[in-house]
Amino acid sequence: MLSKNMFKKPKNDLESYDKYAKSPAPDIPNEMCVACPNCKAMLFTGELNEHFHICPKCGHHFRVNARQRISMVADDDSFVERDAGMRSRNLIDFPNYEKKLKHAYLDSAEKEGVVCGTARIGGMPCCLFVMEPYFMMGSMGTVVGEKITRLFEYATAHSLPVVGFTVSGGARMQEGTLSLMQMAKTSGAVKRHSDAGNLYIAVLTDPTTGGVTASFAMEADIILAEPDALIGFAGPRVIRQTIRQKLPAGFQRAEFLFEKGFVDQVVKRNVQKDALAKLLALHSAAPEGGADLGSI
Amino acid sequence: MEAFDRVQAARAKGRATGTDFIRNIFDDFMEMHGDRRFGDDKAVVAGIARLNGMPVTVVALERGHDTKEKLFRNFGMAHPEGYRKALRQMKLAEKFHRPVICFVDTAGAYCGIAAEERGQGQAIAENLMEMMTLKTPVLSVFVGEGGSGGALGLAVADEVWMLENAVYSVISPEGCASILWKDSAKVKEAAACLHMTAEDLLRFGVIEKIIPEGRNDFEEVYRILKADLYDTLVRNGRLPMEELLEKRYNRFRRMGAEGL
Repeated sequence: MLSKNMFKKPKNDLESYDKYAKSPAPDIPNEMCVACPNCKAMLFTGELNEHFHICPKCGHHFRVNARQRISMVADDDSFVERDAGMRSRNLIDFPNYEKKLKHAYLDSAEKEGVVCGTARIGGMPCCLFVMEPYFMMGSMGTVVGEKITRLFEYATAHSLPVVGFTVSGGARMQEGTLSLMQMAKTSGAVKRHSDAGNLYIAVLTDPTTGGVTASFAMEADIILAEPDALIGFAGPRVIRQTIRQKLPAGFQRAEFLFEKGFVDQVVKRNVQKDALAKLLALHSAAPEGGADLGSI
Repeated sequence: MEAFDRVQAARAKGRATGTDFIRNIFDDFMEMHGDRRFGDDKAVVAGIARLNGMPVTVVALERGHDTKEKLFRNFGMAHPEGYRKALRQMKLAEKFHRPVICFVDTAGAYCGIAAEERGQGQAIAENLMEMMTLKTPVLSVFVGEGGSGGALGLAVADEVWMLENAVYSVISPEGCASILWKDSAKVKEAAACLHMTAEDLLRFGVIEKIIPEGRNDFEEVYRILKADLYDTLVRNGRLPMEELLEKRYNRFRRMGAEGL
């Protein structure tokens, strides 16, 4: 996650286009130094890589991209991507949207704001979606909506649980009302998956806001959140402007939502895989050593 | 008329609001209050009424007429309990086989500390999910402003109609202008870019019908709505439930999916 954003954006798109596009996860030298934005401690990137990108001094969770998350959560070589090639179009002729999409592609080396597929977590098969913070802050346009909808439909057809990591600034303004409609579309797919008796676990990461919070992020059977993640409907800046008051400390953070009863557990990144594997096993059709209540 | 003229018409002082539509289209309206969880949101008016004799459930976002009522109604911006109140009435409609009609007119769901504390996002999300499979015909009519998720929370329906001067957008033109051009004065340009008018949305397949407004006189609008709502709800009520729900799902399923 550090790589692309540590350097200045290339001045000439075309010059760097191939280089970026062809190296989705360039190796960062382990001896490179970064400062923790929370405690200001100087850390080696190698140290961060080994510690799930959590600051060993203060526990701050650094932002990570979708591929890094997949590698932290899915069993080795188990992830098979679906709908990988889907790209956004400028459906409503929004000014500069093509340019914005191209920059998002350069920033993230992803084609869109979510990566979807099937995987195993602790041996348990599931569908997995991970939103990409470096692609327009995971904003939901028609492609993000379509990919997530297709994943839930696939999971319903194959009776698979869904695990989803959210990170999003909300619905994508550049696609107008059509992006708003993705909230309803994904919600419909989540509902069908749920009505068929399947499990959906969401892990809310920093930041999860707007139209994603008001749709599939908050519709999971089990909602986990990463420590200190900003989670809300309206962003704090908009609220501050609306009410003209200072916001209370910790407002809209994961721990705040936990306190208010909207999150089941706040789970540190280094133990998320264990938690997910355990939850998937607890919901699997053939419980280990347990009675099969379905046959009674 | 340019897009921003529509925005101004939708927000205009003196324009008919949610309860005007209830009063002029339905008979025997009985208002029901409270979400049974937290309180009673005054921005949402909900209850049971008759439409040409047929019992129906009506839900309306009400922005208020004068200053006093506007404050009382929180300018039509609902808190989570407003969405939960609406859902409670919709669930009762399902139980008693009444069609649901929603009138949407809001700048958006309220942005504030209490709204976040009580789960604004969760409340809207739940409505989207539950309305998608609500086993009774649902129809939403945008009568003024349709502000983002706060409007959609009452608009997962078999059909969505808009009054000629109503608007429906993912973000307000002011918000869009300040993000895009760092200049909230460029609202006209932003309104045009967002394609938020009834005409645009009919073209994109986001809505099914535009109700013409005529000149400042909503009598004709009420008359058209009364007749068309009745016909459509009766027609949808005759469909086998599975088919109705399949159509509702596919209505949203196809949006933005073309060519992918």
